[in-house]
Amino acid sequence: MSTLLQVSGVTKRFGGLTAVREASFVVKAGEILGLLGPNGSGKTTMMNLISGNLRPDAGGIAFENTEIAGRRPHLIARDGVARTFQLVRVVGEMNARENVMAGLAFRKSPLWGSAAEDEADRLLERVGLAGRAQTPAADMTYIDQKRLELARALGLKPRLLLLDEWLAGLNQTELEGGVSLIRSLGEDGVTVIMVEHVMAAIRSLCGRCVVMNAGAIIAEGSTGDVMADPAVVSAYLGDEHA
Amino acid sequence: MKNSPAFVIGAGAILFAALAFVPFYVDGYGLALAIGIASYTILATAWALFSGPTRYISLATVAFFGVGAYTVAVLGEVLPWPLVMLVAAINGMLLALVVGLSTLRLAGIYFVIFTFGLTELIKQLVTWYEVKITRTVGRYVFLDIDQQTIYWQLLALAAILFLVGYLIGRSRLGFALRIIGGDETVARHVGIDTTHAKVALFVLSALFMTLTGAIMAPRWTYIDPAIAFNPQVSFQAVIMALLGGVQRLWGPVLGVIPMTLLFEYLNANFPNYFILILGIVFMLIVYLLPQGVAGAVSSLRAWSRRDGKSVEEAR
Repeated sequence: MSTLLQVSGVTKRFGGLTAVREASFVVKAGEILGLLGPNGSGKTTMMNLISGNLRPDAGGIAFENTEIAGRRPHLIARDGVARTFQLVRVVGEMNARENVMAGLAFRKSPLWGSAAEDEADRLLERVGLAGRAQTPAADMTYIDQKRLELARALGLKPRLLLLDEWLAGLNQTELEGGVSLIRSLGEDGVTVIMVEHVMAAIRSLCGRCVVMNAGAIIAEGSTGDVMADPAVVSAYLGDEHA
Repeated sequence: MKNSPAFVIGAGAILFAALAFVPFYVDGYGLALAIGIASYTILATAWALFSGPTRYISLATVAFFGVGAYTVAVLGEVLPWPLVMLVAAINGMLLALVVGLSTLRLAGIYFVIFTFGLTELIKQLVTWYEVKITRTVGRYVFLDIDQQTIYWQLLALAAILFLVGYLIGRSRLGFALRIIGGDETVARHVGIDTTHAKVALFVLSALFMTLTGAIMAPRWTYIDPAIAFNPQVSFQAVIMALLGGVQRLWGPVLGVIPMTLLFEYLNANFPNYFILILGIVFMLIVYLLPQGVAGAVSSLRAWSRRDGKSVEEAR
């Protein structure tokens, strides 16, 4: 598999705190990569660095062999990197269809008018929100807002999709639906990086994982190997369990 | 059918054509009122064009208005009228471009304070220039433009503004601005160049404010910086737009008409308490009509529709 994203030596500091320290890893085209680590280990910061929401203090991020580190987020989005947010972000006073059209109208090959409406409705159906096009996003449940966010991200026709704890807070049935939805994205050729704490979902979806702790990458490899790695176990559970 | 562009634009054209006959039916006082309403309609609508979707509260309305008025005061007798207007337009847009690029990264209260300070800065700069360089404080504007012509010019400008506003509302730019107003982080991550979109709308909105100042200048005969850059104009435009409602293009005009009449009445009868009452009116609007008249009308409609539906369901 070819390399889609290459993160090399990325560092990000907030004042005296180093949130990400000389992190390097690769994402291969077509894979679903898990980005794991305890709370505060720098996973969301890493997502923000890739999507352009933050600018790294050092290091490089190459997407399809083009340097994107420090580029403004709208350009990275147009290049084909879409994301969802850890704390769900939808435009509350717009309806569901308009929220998805936001993802369609400003991408590299934009859709507008009735073409955008049709595509938005198709994406809503894909994430399980068929028939909800007219519902104001503010009136939706948290779970449905997460689906809506995903539909908007898919509207960008991403080659790389960043899911930040997209499965968090789902019940068992919703989780199964969510897992098969993400798997179907992978089958469509979308590369996914998912920050996630739901281990069952990671085991079933991710072929490979990258594990962070205190801003540094402590393991990278196949999901089974990584989870058995003593460094990973001690990062999650403390040294006495390793 | 009712919402088709041809219908909306046609209906708007007929309405503006009808309003063009107003000067033939009213006396001098009526015409003065009509001019006041027309000018504030443009200022408040242009203000809402930018501030409505983005929620950036600008108090710089009169900065652009004053730049337009001063362009006329300086060049009115030197250049033909259309050229004066063109220079005013360029001045206003350049100022808006500089202000926009330097301040639209500011959010919330910082932007409000900056725009207010900007107006004061320009006023002081003009005063300094006039006192030190030209050695006069005020200027006379002797132009052979009568009240009717001023009204018609304002009406034409208002018509263009409504057409432009309508088209923007249906465009990707208008959509982008609504997303920015809703959540700017989302806007950036769906590929919107937020700086670009905001500056474009800010400049456009400033253009209409500047031209209003230019058209209104001949009414005064005499202007000085305190008249041309009177901050009360900015506040009134904001109050009117908020009273009418900024979420719809036709919202602000619903605030302009009653407020212009009210200000007229207050100025005539309680000139000493004018500012005091203005402040009270401002607070009442913010408390009682946060969505403005237009918003209240819409929610009333939605409420009556829901009510009608539940009656049907009960049957």
